[in-house]
Amino acid sequence: MSENTATMGKPIFSLFNIVAGAILLMGGILTILRFTQGLDAVTNLSDYNPWGIWIGFDLLVGVALAAGGFVTSAAVYIFGMKRYHAAVRPAILTGFLGYALVVLALHYDVGRPWRLPYPFIMQRGTTSLLFEVAACVALYLTVLFVEFSPAALEWLGFKRARNIVVKLTMLLTIFGVVLSTLHQSSLGALFLIAPSKLHPLWYTPYLPIYFFVTAVIAGLSMVIFESTLSHRFFSHKMDAAHLAEKDTVPLGFGKAASFVLAGYFIIKVIGISTGNTWHYLATGYGAWYLVELLGFVALPAFLYAVGVRDKNVTLIRWTAAWTVLGIVINRFNICLVAFNWHLPADERYFPHWMEIGISVFIVTLGIVIYRFIVTRMPVLYEHPDYDAH
Amino acid sequence: MSLSRRKFLGWIGAAGMTAAGSKASAATTHHFEGYPDSMAVLHDTTLCIGCRRCEAACNAVNELPAPEVPFTDLTVLTNRRRTTSKAYTVVNQKPGKGGRPIFVKNQCNHCLEPACASVCFVQAFKKTKEGAVVYDASVCVGCRYCMVACPFEIPTYEYDNAFSPKVMKCTMCHPRVLEGKLPGCVESCPTEALVFGRRDDLLKIARQRIVRRPEKYVDHIYGEREMGGTSWLYLSGEPFDAIGMRMDLGVTPAPELTAGALGAVPMVVGLWPVLLTGIYAMSKRKEKIAAEEKAQAVAAALAEAGEQAAARLDATMEKAKQEKTAAVEKAVKEALAADAKARAVAEIQGAAQAPEGAAGDEKDE
Amino acid sequence: METIYTLQEFMLHTKNITYVLMIAALLGITGFWLFLTERDDD
Repeated sequence: MSENTATMGKPIFSLFNIVAGAILLMGGILTILRFTQGLDAVTNLSDYNPWGIWIGFDLLVGVALAAGGFVTSAAVYIFGMKRYHAAVRPAILTGFLGYALVVLALHYDVGRPWRLPYPFIMQRGTTSLLFEVAACVALYLTVLFVEFSPAALEWLGFKRARNIVVKLTMLLTIFGVVLSTLHQSSLGALFLIAPSKLHPLWYTPYLPIYFFVTAVIAGLSMVIFESTLSHRFFSHKMDAAHLAEKDTVPLGFGKAASFVLAGYFIIKVIGISTGNTWHYLATGYGAWYLVELLGFVALPAFLYAVGVRDKNVTLIRWTAAWTVLGIVINRFNICLVAFNWHLPADERYFPHWMEIGISVFIVTLGIVIYRFIVTRMPVLYEHPDYDAH
Repeated sequence: MSLSRRKFLGWIGAAGMTAAGSKASAATTHHFEGYPDSMAVLHDTTLCIGCRRCEAACNAVNELPAPEVPFTDLTVLTNRRRTTSKAYTVVNQKPGKGGRPIFVKNQCNHCLEPACASVCFVQAFKKTKEGAVVYDASVCVGCRYCMVACPFEIPTYEYDNAFSPKVMKCTMCHPRVLEGKLPGCVESCPTEALVFGRRDDLLKIARQRIVRRPEKYVDHIYGEREMGGTSWLYLSGEPFDAIGMRMDLGVTPAPELTAGALGAVPMVVGLWPVLLTGIYAMSKRKEKIAAEEKAQAVAAALAEAGEQAAARLDATMEKAKQEKTAAVEKAVKEALAADAKARAVAEIQGAAQAPEGAAGDEKDE
Repeated sequence: METIYTLQEFMLHTKNITYVLMIAALLGITGFWLFLTERDDD
């Protein structure tokens, strides 16, 4: 917090500033290209492949990884795990930024972004799971904004408004969990309509449940992952309560993630059984499925467990990163790799470098905004004027 | 009671009707048959000669851009082609038995229960009572979920249009049908490989053809039940999967694929708040009990400490008293001792100096 | 009362009502919880 530590951090961030600046500049140029030349100019999307990485990564992965907000606030406020209290604000902030960036990314992906409110104001296509997702994401973004607002209000010094919002904490938390349950699962349910296009190993009526459970896993792992990065780069902004959580959060959240992963492993195997898709395991897609199931579900469940038993925080942190990677792979598999598996290779999709460029741009934008906020607002420390809430 | 049982049941029934708002109900036995007398097209692939006149007519009727390869060029037929934003229909050639080419026309099948309509979050797609599945570009956001959902891979998108891209697909010439005209492709077909008519009638015709020429036709009408049935029906002399049509789509109408997930949504909305508030109340109660127990423990500890303090005080008092007594006793003793000493000294002095003085002293005391 | 011929139309009709009910449910259950706990001591 002092000037000294701030200047000490500067040499690291000057490199950060150059890289981030370059990416943002590139993103700006690609943005102009996208909105003046159309989707064709910057993407490899086709009539066979209408959804690319802007849906597979920016939407599906983005929403899953932003689940830390609802998972942490539910743990602390609903399940009463007060000892993780200091983890709530950073998790809510990353959740809010995550969802805001998802909505921003959708503006690039849809054909006429200025019509994004149409499902609510023009005609409500209530039979569509995408309507459900859109409604929940819009509402949840609002909930996250309100949940985060105390930090901004404390920073700005609006005490009365801040105290009113803090009184709504329980209501907002429950509302957030309901909305998250709905849209996290509905993102998986989007693919239920296409049994003829998604590989049978990944297509199962359990898709919505899988998506919800993996969102919880992603949320828990992201909180560990983000706290690792925050302790590395923003420890000078932290107060004693946050610094003390350096080890308690990985140990507690790692234990939870390990057990949820174990449950997820069980329902995945049951999914193979109910779909009777065992014989596909012997194929190339089956091998890839086993990599996902054993390498990114069973393995991290075990590694988390070892880390928790041995109180090995370093192992837990690496496992968290590995699990997050596993979630990315899972969403990519469902949206891109195992989707359209019946098509010949030359009809399959591979992202254009400019699509990747936009995704990198949006992630960078998120990091820059996060950095801007935590270096100013009381996120990683309690505001001195307010008690622990 | 003035209220008769029959009247009461009548009210209940009326309430039920009002709540439903329309005749159909989700009674498990109910089955939706689709619009009665809706129109369809029968495509008999055994009659198709691959002349591409339907493609040309479609292009003209829908005012689509001129193709790169003219419609008179038949060499493109052997390519694996699909519908594009500039061609609502394409004819593909497949090798049949004995090397005889088979031609299959591909376009929107106008499902009875369209997947595109089911997934569209602005209701841009609608199954009309005439049979066509029509698209309304004026509300389309461009999410392209329809393209993901369509099992026949029909809808296409104007990716090259930066400002007003649309989903493009066959309309079954809905505007022309409303005017009493035939769809463009059907009108241009020189061999009656395409026939337009009531779906029920076309199914009968198709069945008759199969029955009359069992050696010529495969015993299957493609589109009768696929994905819950389509308004475009196919006959073939070759197995359908051999001529590029998927036989693994199943007969489940598209909306049923997502009905379960959609049905779970209100259950979550209804029960999650109850469950979560319950857990919250329990954890809060636990905290309260823990706090009370803590308070009690503190109080008990304090009480104990108080008793001990009192006991200690008593002990101190006792000790103080004892000390005091001891001090008094000591003082008395000392005083007595001093007195005795003084007396002894006086006795000695008196005995030594004047016996009368000593006697006088004794009198005074 | 309009006759419904397709599953899609039927689902559209019922889901429209369901969404209205869900909004009412969320508001209603919040209010009911407040009513239920209004006289609690703590």
